[in-house]
Order: sequence, then structure tokens, then C-alpha cells
Amino acid sequence: MTDITKQTLSELINNIKTKKISSEEVTKAFIDRSEKSKKLNTYITESFDRAIKKAKQFDQNPNFDLKLPGIPIAVKDLFCTKDVKTTAGSKILNNFIPTYESTVTQNIWNEGAILLGKLNCDEFAMGSSNETSYFGNVESPIDENLVPGGSSGGSASALAANLTPVTIGTDTGGSIRQPASFTGTVGLKPTYGSCSRYGIVAFASSLDQAGPMSQNVKDCAILNEVISSYDEKDSTSVDFKRGKYSVELSKNIKGKKIGIPKEYRVDGMPKEIEELWQKGINFAKDCGAEIIDISLPHTTYALPTYYIVAPAEASSNLARYDGVKYGFRSKGDNLIDMYEKTRSEGFGSEVQRRVMIGTYVLSSGYYDAYYLKAQKVRNLIKNDFDEAYKKVDAILTPSTPSSAFKIGEKKDDPVSMYLNDIFTVPVNLAGLPGISIPAGHDKKGYPLGLQIIGKAFDEQNILNIAYSMEEKINFKNKIADWWIK
Amino acid sequence: MTIDLKTIKHIAKLSRISVDDEKAKKLAGDLNSIFDFIEKLNELKTDQIKPLTSIAETSLKLRNDEIKSQNMREEIIKNSPEKNEDYFVVPKVIE
Repeated sequence: MTDITKQTLSELINNIKTKKISSEEVTKAFIDRSEKSKKLNTYITESFDRAIKKAKQFDQNPNFDLKLPGIPIAVKDLFCTKDVKTTAGSKILNNFIPTYESTVTQNIWNEGAILLGKLNCDEFAMGSSNETSYFGNVESPIDENLVPGGSSGGSASALAANLTPVTIGTDTGGSIRQPASFTGTVGLKPTYGSCSRYGIVAFASSLDQAGPMSQNVKDCAILNEVISSYDEKDSTSVDFKRGKYSVELSKNIKGKKIGIPKEYRVDGMPKEIEELWQKGINFAKDCGAEIIDISLPHTTYALPTYYIVAPAEASSNLARYDGVKYGFRSKGDNLIDMYEKTRSEGFGSEVQRRVMIGTYVLSSGYYDAYYLKAQKVRNLIKNDFDEAYKKVDAILTPSTPSSAFKIGEKKDDPVSMYLNDIFTVPVNLAGLPGISIPAGHDKKGYPLGLQIIGKAFDEQNILNIAYSMEEKINFKNKIADWWIK
Repeated sequence: MTIDLKTIKHIAKLSRISVDDEKAKKLAGDLNSIFDFIEKLNELKTDQIKPLTSIAETSLKLRNDEIKSQNMREEIIKNSPEKNEDYFVVPKVIE
């Protein structure tokens, strides 16, 4: 049998169900490889002993009707896990042990999965390179000193390095799709309201959405089927009829209309991204799709809108970190002094920057000029998509304007870092589903991804398009295990 | 538009983040470059446009007013950095 850690999720499920391998063997294989891969710094908290115990319990009393029978999975450290430390990549939560479980993680444990540990991420999911984490940079298995993307950087790196068969991340402006693109993996941001936000450390509540990350589209569909659920504990959870995404997965996309938005051909876009996009268009045609030119005229305003809306919501969400109820506390001369020192020492510089931007755009005298203005432009951006979807079933774009960059390369220039999310942010603003699939390599051999954007709650359609194109693209990740001595 | 140091200190106060002069200078530089980028929105006329306040087109559901979790005192106080019996402890606020 091939190396356990190289197997896809659906192969592992099959092999466990047919008793070819035990949950314990699978769990130990991923733990062994994780132990050898500490250099990548993907884990913040390991839960290995507990995972082996749970795997043994599963093997003693197996339930093969479950969708993830005895499958070990590591998750982004933004999901609250009962009795397991949850930090959101921040010093301010360095000692926080939740007394409750997020709905999304509860859904995967209910289907038989086992927690391997908590994966590194940008602090409060604010970043595009995993360099804002209090727990240090994550390296990409693609190359030394290369960022895995962010904010779900630990998740993407662990997945691409075969330290977990699949994982879950969160995506506020591209935090699943951009790292998936950078690491040659698949990442889906579901429609806003598809996955419960209960128990996920909040960043920007009108944009945050959890989603699956995987080696291939089929695994992505399996995991999405498990994590997407209606939850009365999240008032924005939507009670729609969820499909059996993995069962209904089909490569037949004949006659599907796929839109190509001309505004995504941005100034200074590298030639290889342009070529990748053209290649994607050709593959979609080969799969039987009809290609239609469309316009999303307000695309250029999406990033400025995002950088008002997201920090505004973050400044309000992060007001809870006051050193009183949980988390890190600093000594102060009085109550206010304690608050100010706690937040100044507990938050990293990117988080402080965004809290300040958010506070400013919500402050008296500036609210209308910035926050209200951004909410209006957000409506224009959503209308662009509504108009486009009168003509097409899905939209095809590159996932990112470039391939992965080196650690430190963009750290001191926040605006150039923000530009990473230029193709992903509009999708969050409009609340739509989007999937990134690996589609090629640049001349350095780094992966490049294509994004397929769907109509709200039309995950099945974009999964099918991705599934069909995946076969034609036939992408192979080039990973040489350079970090294993 | 430029955000001056006085404004930075005011926002820091509102944000409950302590900021010394050196940090304020750095933040002023960062925020000014970010707001230069944000100013692009002023190209758009939006007088007649409605603000989008929620992307999920659902109305809030009504539910029965039932108690679902009880006796959580210990769980709630468990992660507190400083506690005394059933209370969170903060620096003295009354002279």
C-alpha cells in the first residue's frame, strides 16, 4: 500500500471502512510525519496523545457509517475546541482554553474525525502570509523561506506537506483560497451563512466564513458536506436545503456558462498569471462549458471597501479583549491603564493597525465618509455580481495576482500585502462561494491557482466545474520534503 | 488627507491601546498610506445608493425564551487572569 500520509481523504475513508488500515495506523502515520516536520512550524498546539487514544477507541468500537470514520484532522487555531488551547495566533489568547466547541469542528467530530492539533495562522486571521502570528512564521513545503499564504497558512502548509489529510480554515478576504493557491491545494469558501460561525474567533462578522481545504476537489466536497449546517446559535446561519455535495459531484458541465470578468485583467499582472487564466479558459471550453465575457465594473473598489468594512467590524469584535474575562493581562496603574497596556502588549502590530483603522472609520465625524460610504459601495459590488449572474452560471478568474513570495518580502508594506487579495475579496463582500484549484506552476516551480466563483448557495455547481477542470489540468504538486533531514 | 499625531493619539485612546511617540509616528505613516488607498472610493457618487448592512438575506428568527444553559459560573470564570471566588478582579476603580 502507498504511504498512508500520501493517500487522499477518500482513499483513507475507503481503506478504513474495508479494514485495510486502522484509525490508529492512520493517526500515527500523520503524527510521525508531523514530528519530522517541525521546521515548517505548522502547529501551535499538538494533540497527539489524545488523538492516538481516540483512534484506539474508534478501532475498538468502529462505526463505518460515519462520513469521516476515524480520520485524524488538524484544524486552524481559530476554531474553539473544548479543553484544547485556542489562540487565534495571538499572545492575548495564549492561555485560553475554551469550555465549548465550535459548531463546525463539532460537526466533523460527530462524523468520526479525530483532532490532531491546532494549526498556525495569522493573528486573528489578519494577514496574507502567516507572518503576523505570535507563534512565528510558517514555511511552505514548496520551498524554503517561502510563505504559505494566509491567514490559513498553517493549514495550507500542513495539508500540502501531508501532515493532515484535509483541514478547515476560515476566509474573510481570501484566507482559504489564497494559501490554497500558494501551496497547490484546493480551498473552498462557502456562501456566507452556509457554515456556522459559532465558536470561531471573530474577525469581521459580515465576511467570515469557515471552509474546507484539501488535496483534491472530491475531498473538498466530502468535507464541505460535513461542515455546512444550519445552526440556531449563529443568527446569520441560513436554513437552506444543503446538497450531498460529494454524492452529487459530477464532471458533466456541458453547456454551463462561465463568465470571464474583464476587470480582473489588472495593471501589472504577471504574464504567467495571464497565461494561466487563458489556459483555464481553454480547459473550461474542453469540458464543454460556454465562455462569456462579462463586466464587474466596481471590482477596483473592492479592496478599499474591504479595508474599511473589515477593520471596522474587527475593532468592534476585538473590544472584548480587555484582560478581564480571559486571556493575557498586563499590569496597570488603574483600570484604563491596564486595558491599554494589555491590548498594546497582547496584540501584534497588524492587529493594532486594523483596530485603529476600524476605530477611526467608525468614530464621530468620519462614520458617514468612510463606513457608510463603504457599505454603499459594497452594495454596488454585490449588484455587479447579481447582474453578471443573469448571464452566466459561474465566473472564472485567477486566485491571486502572483505566486507565493519569500518571508519578509512584503512585511513592511501593508498596502502591497493587501493587494494579494484583489481577486478574492469581492467574493466575500458579495457573500458568494468561491473555490481555488491548483492549475499550474510559475517559472520558479511555485503553484498557481484558478478561482471559480458561484451564485449564492450554488456550491455544487462550482465543485462540479472544479472537478471537471481538475481532471483536464492534471496538476502535480512538486514537493521534495526538503525540511526532513 | 493626512492623519496627524494628535489624531493618532486620539484614536489610540478610543481603541484602548497605549501608544508612545515613536509608535504613533509609525502608525501615522501606515495609516496615511492605507487611507490614501481607501480615498479611491470618493471617485464614486453614492448619494442614491442604499448601504448593504447584511449579506445574509434572512430575517431574525423568533424563538421561545427558554433557559438552555445553567450553572456555567465556573466555566465562565475559568479563563479569567485574576479572580476571587465568583468574581472577576480588576484594578481598583473607587478611591
